[in-house]
Amino acid sequence: MTTRGTGPANDPEPSTPAGSGRGSRVLGNRAVLVSSVSTVAFFAAVALVVALAPGSGLVAERFFSPFHLWQSLRGTPGEPSVLGAFLLNVYIFAISEVLILVFALVIAVVRGIPGPAFFPFRVVAIVYTDVFRGVPLILVLYIIGFGVPGLGIAYFSYLSDVTYGIIALVLVYSAYVAEVYRAGIESVHESQNAAARSLGLSRFQSLRFVVLPQAIRRVIPPLLNDFIGLQKDTALVSVLGSIEAARAAQIYGASQFNYASYVVAALLFVLITIPLARFTDRLIARDKRRRQAGGLA
Amino acid sequence: MTDAPALILENIRKSFGENEVLKGIDLTVAPHEVVCLIGASGSGKSTLLRCTNLVEPLDSGRVVVEGEEITAAGVDADRVRRRIGIVYQSFNLFPHMTVLRNVTLAPREALKMDRKTADEMAISLLQRFGLAGRRDEYPDRLSGGQQQRVAIVRALAMRPSIMLLDEVTSALDPELVAEVLSVIRELAHEGMTMLIATHEMGFARDIADRVCFLEDGRILEQGPPERIFSSPENPRTARFLRRIIEAGRL
Ligand SMILES: Nc1ncnc2c1ncn2[C@@H]1O[C@H](COP(=O)(O)OP(=O)(O)OP(=O)(O)O)[C@@H](O)[C@H]1O
Ligand SMILES: [Mg+2]
Repeated sequence: MTTRGTGPANDPEPSTPAGSGRGSRVLGNRAVLVSSVSTVAFFAAVALVVALAPGSGLVAERFFSPFHLWQSLRGTPGEPSVLGAFLLNVYIFAISEVLILVFALVIAVVRGIPGPAFFPFRVVAIVYTDVFRGVPLILVLYIIGFGVPGLGIAYFSYLSDVTYGIIALVLVYSAYVAEVYRAGIESVHESQNAAARSLGLSRFQSLRFVVLPQAIRRVIPPLLNDFIGLQKDTALVSVLGSIEAARAAQIYGASQFNYASYVVAALLFVLITIPLARFTDRLIARDKRRRQAGGLA
Repeated sequence: MTDAPALILENIRKSFGENEVLKGIDLTVAPHEVVCLIGASGSGKSTLLRCTNLVEPLDSGRVVVEGEEITAAGVDADRVRRRIGIVYQSFNLFPHMTVLRNVTLAPREALKMDRKTADEMAISLLQRFGLAGRRDEYPDRLSGGQQQRVAIVRALAMRPSIMLLDEVTSALDPELVAEVLSVIRELAHEGMTMLIATHEMGFARDIADRVCFLEDGRILEQGPPERIFSSPENPRTARFLRRIIEAGRL
């Protein structure tokens, strides 16, 4: 945490801040001690409360039984493996993410094209983002997953549940991500576009080489944030009948009268979102440093 | 064709809403001529330059570059802009690209120059302006003067037939102004046709073949710098120059 090379390290004073350590760059020895003691004390208190609470033995058995944790993770002849089902979440997430990144960019760009000829396209893009940001994902899942098969249209009515799930996720998330892109595009100063156009680059070339690369760089942290949300929402695809991690956990829980399977599923989701979250933090921190460095220039 | 004026502006008019900024500008620039536009802030110098390369659409009037009317219907404005270099007060380099890429982007994408040719051309231009060692740097690592010189090189890389410079030294610290002005002088010596908006009166007097005084969207007076600066005919020009002298800028 303290490896940031911030400025001169030749501080003449020894790092024993009198009173409040505000403004000191590095946690002093005393501060480390205080934070360790307070961390240990806090979690010890929490553990004590949990252990002494009525029914805590039951909680341990129902949620944290090592036997059930392990068995639900692996699966049994009668119940699907939560880990195996989780691979479906990862699959849905990966496919959706790629499609969203592309589709949302198209929406954002269409929304920004000036000129009266493109008016209908802009309207479609605006209506699309308004609608799909407003409708709950679960409704979109029902409408696509149950509605489209009922229409009896060649090909489109005969896709798999997972495919309908992916389509619904892409429709909903692209509306959010398009707005993120648009904010990024608008944050690039108009003078950049003017400079590109003045050199004889076309509108499209200016967008592709000058505006979008700067815009996308700026919105990577919020994009990653949306993807953490997407990763969790893959669980909702189960309403169409696919057995993904949450559904597998539910099957196990219902037949074994034990909820350790939910804990396993939850841990799997957390395990995959934590690296994403820390990565996002790092990008944000790097961005902040850059901006500060740029401000000095 | 070679005898055709490098640039003809004919009755250029431009309004922003109710505010008529250019009220019929006529100006002809001969090949190799250096014309300086002077005038108070808000007189329309920047707008005139931006209208000349059609970055700002005109309300009416004609722009003719080397005999070709670029305001005519059906003319591809992107192609026109490649022949007119423009450098802005605030450099506007592309911050996500190295110096070399800033310079080669337009030649490669707009002129479809191959990478090797573009790189060689860019490197030799950078060398000429003392920037060879900076080619792999990003713009925010350069001084203002260096950034502005890169912006000039970037415009030159398109081999424009005329350069428009809009107060290219106004955003610079005083000690960096000289290096940029010397680049412009060098261009003038090589015979580059230039239309320069500037507040640097000493520089205008040195470099200009002709000085145009703009006020309120009109060219009130024009002529060789010696005459304009020593014995302006129009009382408003005289008043403007008197104020400049009082401010210690001439
Ligand atoms: N994009 C714009 N929208 C509205 N008004 C504008 C715009 N650009 C310029 N103007 C107005 O046009 C007038 C002339 O501006 P312009 O920038 O051309 O003057 P200038 O002579 O370059 O001044 P300066 O010496 O300060 O650069 C000003 O009144 C300005 O407010
Ligand atoms: Mg100006």
